[in-house]
Amino acid sequence: MRALGRIADPPATLPPRPAQPRARRGGSGRFVGALAAAAIVLVLFGAWELYADLGPVDRLILPAPHDVAKALYVDRGLLWDNFTVTAGEVLLGIVVAGAAGFVCAIALHMWFTLRISVYPLLVASQTIPIVMVAPLLVTWLGFGLAPKLAIIGLISFFPIVVTTLDALGRVDAELRKLLRTLDAPRLRILRHVELPAALPGLFSGAKLAVVFAVIGAVFAEWSGSDAGLGHLFQQAIPQLLTARAYAAVMILSAFAIALFGLLTLAERLLVPWAKDPPGGNSR
Amino acid sequence: MDGVRVDGVERVFRGRRGDEVVALRGMDLRAAQGEIVAVVGASGCGKSTLLELICGLQEPDAGSVQADPAVLMPQRDLLLPWASALDNAALALRVRGVPAAAARAQARPWFERFGLAGFEHARPRALSGGMRQRVAFVRTLLAGKPVLALDEPFAALDALTRQEMQAWLSHALIAEPRTVVLVTHDVEEAVVLGDRVVVMSPRPGRAVAELDVALPRPRHRTDAAVVALRERALEALGAPA
Repeated sequence: MRALGRIADPPATLPPRPAQPRARRGGSGRFVGALAAAAIVLVLFGAWELYADLGPVDRLILPAPHDVAKALYVDRGLLWDNFTVTAGEVLLGIVVAGAAGFVCAIALHMWFTLRISVYPLLVASQTIPIVMVAPLLVTWLGFGLAPKLAIIGLISFFPIVVTTLDALGRVDAELRKLLRTLDAPRLRILRHVELPAALPGLFSGAKLAVVFAVIGAVFAEWSGSDAGLGHLFQQAIPQLLTARAYAAVMILSAFAIALFGLLTLAERLLVPWAKDPPGGNSR
Repeated sequence: MDGVRVDGVERVFRGRRGDEVVALRGMDLRAAQGEIVAVVGASGCGKSTLLELICGLQEPDAGSVQADPAVLMPQRDLLLPWASALDNAALALRVRGVPAAAARAQARPWFERFGLAGFEHARPRALSGGMRQRVAFVRTLLAGKPVLALDEPFAALDALTRQEMQAWLSHALIAEPRTVVLVTHDVEEAVVLGDRVVVMSPRPGRAVAELDVALPRPRHRTDAAVVALRERALEALGAPA
């Protein structure tokens, strides 16, 4: 063993390489971007405010941003109660769709026959106009949570399956050869290599899915419900409570953005290697 | 069977439009147990195909391949970005069902021996190219196969690191003798590392020359004997020396 000491060169000669530059811009660039985005939003709201205040349209038809802000404050109790209903539907729907989508992607990945038979059907299922299916589901499943979960699940399931399946299959061909020479059985390859490699795909799918899920929740509520922001919106329009309707829209947008942001944050914490170059050193 | 024995192997790839690419034709290769055979040839001469045949990843269309169980070490280290260096090395054991703690315990001593001590928990991206390749080599050794099929293992490294790694591998193989088939397009690397150098023709690839490298180790690129052998190998390759 002593002779082997020479093999080891002192680690000091090879300090860990500092973090490689990533494909994204550093702090200052991002700050400028955020500033520009805020400026654009501010300009748009300003234009809206001016047009609503000074333009030819009645403020009952087109409320000004300050009317919406007022509605947000005055109706806060009502908005909050309905928001919790919609948020609950969305979160539950996403969790169900995420779990089902992940399991389904693994099954499709593992069984070729399943993949070639079911995957085309899955794609075809996306051509079903969900807006029309929603009332049918409500007729069938009633006014409760079940049709909402079904609709949100239908909408968000697909992106999760596609991105996860894609990530499962993108494991390097060379790595697969290497694993074969390591005598790795199929299930252990799945567990030790493919599943971790698929996590970034799951996150990409989930980020798309949350945005769709909020839209799905609104369709579901429009099709028949007694609570939720979609329901509140639908009731506000005929009463000409347009400021309240706009407030509901803004809350739902903010909610979708917040979910997207949370998922991005979770992705960065849980799969920090997602942006590392795959497969190893390059020139 | 001891070592590797490739006899008159032919390997043909058929394209979609019926066109054929003959990767290997009449290829012979021997590697005795514990021998380091370096195979040199131009790009596309079927070197990687040869290694995949030895590893059992492909079947020959004609001829025969007999080899002890072999493990492949590709050009890229292919370390898993989410796993620590130690877990990457231990992957060879984990995929065979060895529990995590036992696999790590087996991998750890190699980190000491190969100058990787202190980097057990580093993620691959925090390691230099040379260190990553050493982790990959530990993974290869932990596969427990008598034959190592090295496919241009240092080609992706910069010139300086490559020389360091050649010297390192030379030492490592003295300490841990294995039957090695090393494929490379770097004639110098072949002469510095191999007990024997096999020169392959351009496609369809076959062995056109064989040079015994009966030189003491460690060898240096600048040794007169190494330079002389390099010239002979280049000549056999048909390159202007």
